[in-house]
Amino acid sequence: MVEFGQFLEILIGGLLSGVLYSLVALGFVLIFKASGVFNFAQGAMVLLAGLALVRSLDFLVARGIPMPVAILMGLMFAGLVMALTAWLIERFVLGPLVNQDGLTLFMSTIGATFILEGAAQMIFGSDVYPLPLFPTDAWFLFESAFPGGILVNKLDVWGGLIAAILVAGLALFFQRTKTGRALRAVADDHAAAQSVGIPISWIWFVVWLVAGLVALVAATVWGTKLGVQFSITFLALKALPVLIIGGFTSVPGAIVGGLIVGAGEKLAEAYLGPQIGGGIEYWFAYVLALAVLLVRPQGLFGERIIERI
Amino acid sequence: MLYREAGQFKTTYAADMAVFPIRQDRIALALLVAVAFIAVPFMAEAQVWPFRTDYMVRAILIPFLILSLAAVGVNILIGYCGQISLGSGAFMAIGAYSAYKFATGVHIPLAWLGTAISIPPLPGLISIPLGGLMAALVGILFGIPSLRIKGLYLAVATLAAQFFFDWVFIRVKWFVNYNSSGSVSAPDMYLGPIHINTPVERYLLCLSAVVIFATLAKNLVRGNIGRQWMAIRDMDIAAELMGIRPLYAKLSAFAVSSFIVGVAGALFAFMYLGAWEPLAFDINRSFQLLFMVIIGGLGSILGCFLGAAFILILPIMLDQIPHAVGIPVSVETVSHLVFIVTGGLICYLLIVEPRGFARLWGIAKEKLRLWPFPY
Amino acid sequence: MIRKVLALAAAVTGVSALAQPVLAQNEQFLPALVYRTGPYAPNGIPWANGTADYWTLINERDGGINGVKIVFEECETSYATDKGVECYERLKSKGPTGAGFFAPLSTGITFALTEKVPGDKIPLLTLGYGRSDSKDGSVFPWNFIAVGSYWSAADAAIQHIAKEFGGKDKLKGKKISLVYHDSPYGKEPIPALEEMAKSYGYVFKAIPVTHPGVEQKSQWLAVRQDRPDYVILWGWGVMNSTSIKEAAAVGYPRDKIIGGWWSGAEPDVIPAGDQAIGYKALMLQHPAGRFKIHDDLEKYIISTGKSAGKDTFAHVLYNRGLINAMIGVEAIRTAQKKYGNKPLTGEQVRWGFEHLDLTADRIKELGFEGLLKPLKFTCQDHQGADEARVHQWDGKEWKIISDFYKADAEMQDRLVKASAAQYAKEKNITPRDCSKAD
Repeated sequence: MVEFGQFLEILIGGLLSGVLYSLVALGFVLIFKASGVFNFAQGAMVLLAGLALVRSLDFLVARGIPMPVAILMGLMFAGLVMALTAWLIERFVLGPLVNQDGLTLFMSTIGATFILEGAAQMIFGSDVYPLPLFPTDAWFLFESAFPGGILVNKLDVWGGLIAAILVAGLALFFQRTKTGRALRAVADDHAAAQSVGIPISWIWFVVWLVAGLVALVAATVWGTKLGVQFSITFLALKALPVLIIGGFTSVPGAIVGGLIVGAGEKLAEAYLGPQIGGGIEYWFAYVLALAVLLVRPQGLFGERIIERI
Repeated sequence: MLYREAGQFKTTYAADMAVFPIRQDRIALALLVAVAFIAVPFMAEAQVWPFRTDYMVRAILIPFLILSLAAVGVNILIGYCGQISLGSGAFMAIGAYSAYKFATGVHIPLAWLGTAISIPPLPGLISIPLGGLMAALVGILFGIPSLRIKGLYLAVATLAAQFFFDWVFIRVKWFVNYNSSGSVSAPDMYLGPIHINTPVERYLLCLSAVVIFATLAKNLVRGNIGRQWMAIRDMDIAAELMGIRPLYAKLSAFAVSSFIVGVAGALFAFMYLGAWEPLAFDINRSFQLLFMVIIGGLGSILGCFLGAAFILILPIMLDQIPHAVGIPVSVETVSHLVFIVTGGLICYLLIVEPRGFARLWGIAKEKLRLWPFPY
Repeated sequence: MIRKVLALAAAVTGVSALAQPVLAQNEQFLPALVYRTGPYAPNGIPWANGTADYWTLINERDGGINGVKIVFEECETSYATDKGVECYERLKSKGPTGAGFFAPLSTGITFALTEKVPGDKIPLLTLGYGRSDSKDGSVFPWNFIAVGSYWSAADAAIQHIAKEFGGKDKLKGKKISLVYHDSPYGKEPIPALEEMAKSYGYVFKAIPVTHPGVEQKSQWLAVRQDRPDYVILWGWGVMNSTSIKEAAAVGYPRDKIIGGWWSGAEPDVIPAGDQAIGYKALMLQHPAGRFKIHDDLEKYIISTGKSAGKDTFAHVLYNRGLINAMIGVEAIRTAQKKYGNKPLTGEQVRWGFEHLDLTADRIKELGFEGLLKPLKFTCQDHQGADEARVHQWDGKEWKIISDFYKADAEMQDRLVKASAAQYAKEKNITPRDCSKAD
C-alpha cells in the first residue's frame, strides 16, 4: 500500500509537471502550425515576458499601487512588450525570410533567441527576481488510505488549470474567430491564402503575439516556481521532447506529449534512476521521444508526412 | 585582371576534374598553407604583431582550427547528406573521453568470463584517431533512427544522444578513471621523442590534422560516396529509386562525420582545454557548430572555415572592442551587446544570403573573373 | 548601407589606434574572471562587485599597494570553461608584468587553469572552491585553495549535524542525503562524506540534480519517501532556491537542510520567500553584513559612486569577493617585501602567497575582523585554514547559529594525500621537497 501510494504520488506529480512543460511547448506548436517555423526563441520569450512582468510589478508595488491592480497593469505591460517583440520579429526576421527552408528559419530563430536574451537582460537586469503569484505549497490527499498522504503541489494544479483554460481558449480562437480561421488557411497554403485576400504578415504577427502571450502565461507559472531569471530559457530544451511526442502541429498533442514526458521521466527517475545512478530525467525524456518517433515519425498527433517525388 | 582563367587549357580528364581547376586558386591555397605552416609559427616564435603574446595562437588560432575541423564533420552530415544533427557536442565528447581512456590505458574487467580486456596507455597521437573511431561507431548507432525519422524531427531526436552522453560522462566513473570530481585532465602528448607542449607545437599539430582531414573530406565529397550523400540530401526517395542504398549512404555519412567531429573533440580537450568536464561539450557546443556550417554555407568545406571564423572570433572581438577603444561600459552590458549583435548579424546574414559565406565567396569569384568589365 | 558600415569600421579602428591605453609602468595588473550574465549571474554578480570594490578602495584610499596602483580588468566567462580559458589567455600577459593572480570562481575553470598556470607561472587563488586536493602545495605549487575546501566543508556540515543530534555517536544509523549539482563542483564533497559515513556509521545517499537545476521534483519526492534525518544541499545558482521551494512543497523541514557555503547567500533564499525560513548553510567563516572595512567602502566607494554595484553591498557573496580581493592584495604586499615596491610577476606573487601570514592583528588592521580568522599558507599547506561556521536564514537575514568547527585534519590529509599523489603520478610531477623550499 505504501508503495502504491508512492507510485501514485510520483505519477500525479509527473503528469502535472508535464503540463507545465506543455505550457512552453504550446508556444512552439502555435508558431509551427501557422508558419512552419520551428521557433527556438520560445524559451527566451518566456524569459522576456517574465522579466517584463516582474520588473514592472516591482516598480508599481514600490510606488504604492495595490497588488491586484499592479498585477493587472504588469500583465498589460508585459503583453505590450510581447506585442512589440512579435511585431519586430515578424517585420525584421521572418518577413524577409518567407519561403526559405525549415533549417534556415530555425537558425534565424536561434539568432532571435540571442537578441532576446541579450536585450531582455540588458533592459530588465540579469539577477533573480521572485514572482509569488501562485501558492507553492502542497495538498496531502487520502491521508487515511496512505501514510503521509499523496502529495499534490498546488502550483502544479494551478498550472494544469491554466493550461486547460489556455487550450480551450486557443481552440475557440482557431475555430470561431475570423483571424483564427484565416490562420488555419495560412497554415495550409501560404500562396492560396494570400490569393483569397488574407494578409499574411498580419496573420503571422497575430500568431507571434499569441505565442508571446502563451509565453507570458508560462512565465507566470514558471516564474513562481523558479523566480524569474536566465535559467528559465533552459525550459525550451525541456519542451522539445514534449513537442515531438505530440507532433509539431497539434495543440492537444502538446498537452498529451507533456503528460507522457512528465509521467515518464519522473517514474524513470524514481524507479530506474537509483539502479543506474540517477539524474536520468533529461535524457530519458528525449529517449522516450525517440522511441515514439520510431513508431510514428511525425509524433502522435502530427500531420502525416506524405512524400512525393 | 589577375583572376582570369583564360589560357588555362585542360588537356586531360584528370586536370578537368582537379579539386582546384583554376591556377590562381591553387597558388592562393599554396600561399595560405605556406603562411599557416611557416610564417605563423615563425612570427609567433619571434613575437611580432599580432603574435606579441601567445594569446593569438592559444586562444584564437587553436580553437579556430579545431572547431573548423568539427564544422567540416558536421557539414558532411548536414550539408552533404542533409541529416540535421544537434548532437555534435556529444560526439566531440565521445572523441575526447575515448581518447583520454586510450591515452591512460583501458581496462575492462569481464568478470563473468574470468578475464579482462586490457590495453596499455597508448601515445596521444594514436589515441586521438582512436577516439574518433569510437565516435564513429556511436555515430552509426545513433544514425539508425535517421532511416525512419526526417528533418526537424530527426534534429530533435539527435538531442537524445546529446543529453544521454552528457549524463554518461558524468555518471560512469570508468570514463574518468574513477576521479572523484569527474573532471579529467589530458595526459602529455608526445610525437616520437618530441613533447608537444608549447603553443606553436600545439598549433602545428592541430593545423596538420585540419589539413589532412579537410583534404580527405573534400575528396570524399567529390567521389562516389559524396555523390550518394548529396543525392540522399536532395531527395531521398528519388535517390533510393535510382539504386542508392539509404542505409549505407546515411550511416556512412554519420560515421565519417562523427569520426571527424570525434577527432576534433579529442583535440579540443587535449590541445585547448587541458582539463574538461562534460559541460564543455554541452548543447551550446552543438548549436555553435550548427551555426558555423549554416553561416559558412551548407555543403561547402571552405564555408566551414569561414563560418568557424565568424562564429568563434566575432564574439571574442566584439567583447574586446569597447575596452580597447576605451569606452567605459561594464562587462555585463558588453556581453549583452555581444549577444544582441551576434544574434542580429546571424539573422541579417541568413536574410541576405541564406546559403552562407561560401555562396558570397562564390559570387565574389564570379565578379572577380569579369572585373573590371561589367559583363 | 555598406558604405556606412565601412565608414563606421574605419572610425572605430581609427579611434582604437588613438586610444591605445598607455600603461604607466608602476601598475600592478589584476585580472578578474567574472560572470555577470548567464544562468549563474545572480551568484556571480555580488562576488564580482566585492572584488572590484576592494581593489578600487585600495587605489582610492591608499593610492595602490604600497604606491603601486592596481589596474584590473573584468572578463565575462558566463561560468563556461572554454570562455574562461579564453579570458585567461586574454588577460594573463596584460600590464607591465602580466597578471598577478587568477581567481575564476568556477570549479570547471579552475580544473582547466590548473593545467595551464604552471607553464605561465601565475598563481591561482580559489577561495573555498576548486580542487580539494590542491591543498597539497608540494604537488600543486600554483594553486591556493584559501580558507577551506569542499572536503573541509563536508566535515563541518557533518559536525554540525552531529551536534544537533547530540554527539557524533548519535550519527550511527541516521540517514543523511546529499542533494548535489551534477558537475565536478557538486561531486567533490562525495568522497569526504562517504569516508565519514564509514567512520560514523550514518547511511549516506547522494542524489544528483542535472545542471542547471530547474526541475527537481523527482529528487525531492525521493527525499520525501526516503525521509532522511538530514539533507546536505550542494547547489549553485538557481538550483539552491529551487531545492528549498521543492523541499517546502514536499513538506521536508527546512531546518533539517544544511547547504554548503556556495548554497548560503541571499540569491539562494530570497526567491524562495518565507519557505526558506529555517534553512541553514555553512559559512566560509564570514557572515553577511557590515564590518569595519565597509565603513571605508562606504566613504570612498559607495558615496563617491565608484562602486561596481551597490544593491549587493554587504551581501554574503559580496563580502566573499572582498576577502578574495584582500587575500590577493596581501599576497602582493608580502611579495613586495622581498622584491620591492614595484609591479610583480605572477611568479613573485606566488612567493607572496606561499609566505602570506594574516595574523589576527593584521586582519583587524585591515578592517576584516569578524570576517576572517588568521590564515597562513606554507609550502605544504595551500589552504591555510579549515574552520567554518553555520548560519540560518530567518526570512530577512542570515543569523550565525554556531561556533567554529575545525575540520578533522587526519581525514582531510589522508584524502588530500591520496588524491594529490594520484594526480602527481598521472602528470609525472615530482612533488617539491618542502623542507628545502625558500
